[in-house]
Amino acid sequence: MNARTDEKERKKIKAVKKMKEIMTFYYIDAKTASETGKKVAWITSGGPVEPLIAMDVIPVYPENHGAMIGAAKMGVELCEKAEAMGYSGDLCSYARSDIACATVNGGPIGGLPRPDMLVCCNNICGTVLKWYEIQARYFNCPLFILDTPFCHTSFSAEAKRYVRRQIDEYITFLEDVCKKPFDRDRMAEVGRLSIEGQRLWQAVLDTTINRPAPMTAFDAFFHLALIVTLRGTQQAVDYYRLLLDEMNERVREGVGAVDEEKYRLLWDNLPIWYRTKWLSDKFAAHGACLVADTYTSAWCSSLKYMNEDDFLESMAEGYTRIYLNIGVDEMARTVIAMIDKYGADGLVMHSNRSCKPYSLGQYDIRSIVERERGVPTLIIEADMCDERNFAEAQIEGRIDAFMEMMAAKGSA
Amino acid sequence: MKFDRLKEIVEDPWGTLGEMKERGKKVVGYACSYVPEELIIAAGAHPARLTGTREGIRLADGHLQSYCCSLVRGILEDGLSGRGAVLDGVVFPHTCDSIQRLSDIWRLNVKGGFHLDLVLPVKLDTDSARDYLVDVLKRFLSDLERALGVEVSEADLRASCLLTNEIRRLLHELYMIRWRRPELLAGADLHLLNRAVGIADRNLIVETLREAVADLGADGARETTKGNKNILLAGGMCSTPDIFNLVAEAGGRVVWDDFCNGGRMFLEPLRLDGDPIAAVADRFLSRVVCPCKHRGLTDRANHLKALATERGAGAVVFVHLKYCDPHAFDFPYLKAELEKTGIPSLLLEVEDPLPPGAQIRTRLEAFLEMLD
Ligand code: SF4
Ligand code: SF4
Repeated sequence: MNARTDEKERKKIKAVKKMKEIMTFYYIDAKTASETGKKVAWITSGGPVEPLIAMDVIPVYPENHGAMIGAAKMGVELCEKAEAMGYSGDLCSYARSDIACATVNGGPIGGLPRPDMLVCCNNICGTVLKWYEIQARYFNCPLFILDTPFCHTSFSAEAKRYVRRQIDEYITFLEDVCKKPFDRDRMAEVGRLSIEGQRLWQAVLDTTINRPAPMTAFDAFFHLALIVTLRGTQQAVDYYRLLLDEMNERVREGVGAVDEEKYRLLWDNLPIWYRTKWLSDKFAAHGACLVADTYTSAWCSSLKYMNEDDFLESMAEGYTRIYLNIGVDEMARTVIAMIDKYGADGLVMHSNRSCKPYSLGQYDIRSIVERERGVPTLIIEADMCDERNFAEAQIEGRIDAFMEMMAAKGSA
Repeated sequence: MKFDRLKEIVEDPWGTLGEMKERGKKVVGYACSYVPEELIIAAGAHPARLTGTREGIRLADGHLQSYCCSLVRGILEDGLSGRGAVLDGVVFPHTCDSIQRLSDIWRLNVKGGFHLDLVLPVKLDTDSARDYLVDVLKRFLSDLERALGVEVSEADLRASCLLTNEIRRLLHELYMIRWRRPELLAGADLHLLNRAVGIADRNLIVETLREAVADLGADGARETTKGNKNILLAGGMCSTPDIFNLVAEAGGRVVWDDFCNGGRMFLEPLRLDGDPIAAVADRFLSRVVCPCKHRGLTDRANHLKALATERGAGAVVFVHLKYCDPHAFDFPYLKAELEKTGIPSLLLEVEDPLPPGAQIRTRLEAFLEMLD
């Protein structure tokens, strides 16, 4: 082995293998649920999964599946199929992929297991409401909607009461579908594990405060899967402890994710799943490390509202006040806090055609950030799953120009 | 024609609102049919439905990406250009994702006037949602009182409920007259009226509608029977370019519409006994939903099928604004359900104002030919 491949080996995150293993078993479990007598719930990525875990229901995430479809570069084919079914090409490509996939059991894992119930929380967007209505009709199965009022400037007392009441409705719904009583002790335990998992995930993300950063946002995109799908389980806690140890070890040894880290950038919006490697290499070639992002941190951003000794009570607030369910100005404040915390000197925004709640408002966030911190912004117009909206040459040109500008700024 | 005055108003909405303001009236802009006009009127103000500018877009593109509907872009343009400065305040309800962000962007960039978010429930079919809706409406009323410096009595609320109910009743009657005798009222006039209802002084609307109903309603006996080329317009867009006229020119006859700025406006009168706020809430809960809201899985399809049958429509033309997600998600299902009852449909994706060019006309003509 020469020094180069040696270095490459050293940079590989070892936990990746473990993660792949866990996810494979998780999907096998989910796909064989009908044989093992377990129930399956499809749930939105920002949805309250803990009560499902407490009820021994296997949660399945169409959005995580969407990410897999995107990463496997199967998005275009499925999106086109959805368009042939009459869905507009302007709709969220996760939704389009999933709706099409359900009818053909396509995609990288031959489709998701049939749901016994659907749980939709609209804290991330209005898209999921329509999408889950469609699937509820298609699979003819019960749908629970957790309606989390938008917090433009505040979380009102009325909204809090409303969401809190719905948590009880949710529990009744689960008892009905599962035909068994809800176990509050078990719930308390799951709640504690969920919070512990979220704290560990935040700690993992925070290792990038170090220079050089031991991992990048592109790594975070990958390791995110467990905090989304297995939040509230011991498995997720164990995994993130392992990952955290490895990151801390790298920090001690001074192993950086990017050779000669010169620039530290913050990523905004969903990943561009079919081009993560390309983008990662592209930025690394300029000595730029994407040290943090607004997306993967959304799964621990509510920690401040959560009470581990009373999970059910604090859930209403925690699930309502998440990143996408707040006003543009509060989002900008979050971005600024991240720039400060991670020492970022530039912002990369993925203007994502698929995701209007995430993307509309980005231009204002950019202006606020530029005004308050003088940090330059690069905007990449694309889509998370639909590769037809990725103009490679143009994006490459913009990245190069941005990095040259950063370099000039640095030497000025 | 009868609606000359309304035509002037629709052609110069900001001028109209400016005049009202000069006469000392407070003007409150709002973005969607889920904002209760009754409360604004009861607070002594004039509710003005924002439907987006007809002028070109210069400033809104600096805040919104290309994949945003023309309505949201047009409303923001009115705000940024300063035209919206006549407004004493604005109200943004919880509807689609784009309107949520529009509210934020407006709040951060358009100065002057108060800004209220009316964060309605999205679910409309549970007790907790109803209680929340009533809570939110009460808070909205007290926010309005504070912002406008007034106190609203129950009598004020009752009076405004009577007024809006009268508008609903008259509009419904006019729709019925036109349904029986389509030749009496051009689609373009109906379209004009639907736009004016959100802008003009509501008393002027009542007056105009009364006159029109009295004039036209004399001979109302003949009934329209089902006809292949009888068209039901659907899509319930937040703002509608004049599609009535286009259908007529292509050889069809619009018998009814399910637009949010049209046939859905007068569905469900307000209950007049009991608490007016609860009555407003109950109307929102019982009215057929807009696709941004949830009330069961088949609500809209059932409504549309029943409407088509009831009005003798042979086909449905869906009119959606490009980039409008909620409507686009519902379309394949609605189309399939209509097909099951033998009703073909066509989808037109448009912008408001309509882009120049013959594409839409050609598609309509081809569709109508097929209906022979
Ligand atoms: S990508 Fe955006 S629009 Fe699509 S499901 Fe996620 S939050 Fe909703
Ligand atoms: S037309 Fe559609 S996208 Fe535009 S504001 Fe209305 S519901 Fe929202």
